[in-house]
Amino acid sequence: MCLGVPMQVVSVGDGDIVAEIDGVRKEASLMLLDEEVKEGDFVIVHAGFAISRLDEEEAQETLRLMREVFKPEDMA
Amino acid sequence: MKYQDEFRDRHVVLGLAARIREHVAGRTEPMTFMEVCGTHTMSIYQYGLRTLLPPQVRLISGPGCPVCVTPNEYLDRAVALCRLPDVIVATFGDMVRVPGSTSSLQEERARGADIRIVYSPLDAVAIAARNPEKRVVFLGVGFETTAPAIGGSILAAKKQGLANYFVLAAHKTMPKPMGVLSADPELKIDGYICPAHVSTITGPEIYRFLAEEFHIPCVITGFEPADVMQGVEMLVRQVVAGESRVETQYSRVVRPEGNRKAQEVIREVFTPCDAPWRGIGVIPGSGLRIADAYAVFDAEKAIPVAVEETREHAGCLCGEILKGKAAPTDCPLFGGACTPESPVGACMVSSEGTCAAAYKYGQ
Ligand code: SF4
Ligand code: SF4
Repeated sequence: MCLGVPMQVVSVGDGDIVAEIDGVRKEASLMLLDEEVKEGDFVIVHAGFAISRLDEEEAQETLRLMREVFKPEDMA
Repeated sequence: MKYQDEFRDRHVVLGLAARIREHVAGRTEPMTFMEVCGTHTMSIYQYGLRTLLPPQVRLISGPGCPVCVTPNEYLDRAVALCRLPDVIVATFGDMVRVPGSTSSLQEERARGADIRIVYSPLDAVAIAARNPEKRVVFLGVGFETTAPAIGGSILAAKKQGLANYFVLAAHKTMPKPMGVLSADPELKIDGYICPAHVSTITGPEIYRFLAEEFHIPCVITGFEPADVMQGVEMLVRQVVAGESRVETQYSRVVRPEGNRKAQEVIREVFTPCDAPWRGIGVIPGSGLRIADAYAVFDAEKAIPVAVEETREHAGCLCGEILKGKAAPTDCPLFGGACTPESPVGACMVSSEGTCAAAYKYGQ
């Protein structure tokens, strides 16, 4: 139920955004977001509200840490 | 989305699993981690993550889905409300199929009740605006992730001057039941995979008492398979090192302070209250009711209605499942009398329910 979906911001309006995932566009309210967003950003949308911005640098950092543990012999 | 795929990369998941095996090599004592979020449960079943873990690492599911933990008496009230001729009940889809004591919203709809499934509580506010002669009751069920959205809908209705929008509130907050389960000697939880989007709103601090008082490591974990594996790896590392801290694996979304604006909306619109959890019972301070200043939007206060006496479903093990004490296959009804098509208990209804996940993806 509180499944938040990462979506990309297509346009920013007055208090809301249009965001897209897999070609599906939805409006989402910015009422609960305490961060600035701009076109092209990724946000987590839950029940019609953007609740967080997805930080690309942090995402890359997490992936980098994951890759560190990744060993060729496990790649079965 | 561009990096979503990488978090589903099988090689990364297998690499993390190998690292976990290294950490526990030579250990005989098992460790038990509980995920309290139904979306994690789904991910664990969907990607078969349990099969990749060494025998020393056991994952159990907890009270992860608000639909599952909402007791029958709430559904009975919703059913009573939808039978009133001027009431439209608006709700997220999952709630419609949950059986109450003697009926469900789905059955009521078949008998002519006006029940609308919405994607956002703001859609329910829009229905109220379009139907001034009706009273629109939104079923306000959910954890910290959903509460601000529903609080936001009340603020929106107030701003629009609507007098016909109501919320039947049964919001619950996550840390208290985790405290109850932590104290349960039968469960012996060694670590928590903490919910991702609940934590997006609250921030990591709410789990600190679990790490400090109960010495249970907590890792806020994302939902992709590599996220869950990394979360487990971080928990294993803490257990092996004899540590208990709150860590955030899902740092691409969860900030240390959480989402202040959403927290503010919760504080404005709701007041903490005692709340009943299916299977666990009443937990003091674990719920959110509508604050007195917003009582006109509170369906329970504003629309009095007689509610039938609550009855539990004979044979259903949902209560034990929500506490992590039984697995779906322990229930004699699983897959026979109880299937997603005709659920007996709540855990089979919501797609995030443990029984539904076990049924859909097998063991
Ligand atoms: S409602 Fe939220 S916390 Fe609960 S199961 Fe769904 S995603 Fe997880
Ligand atoms: S199988 Fe059905 S009846 Fe049994 S515990 Fe799960 S939901 Fe309840």
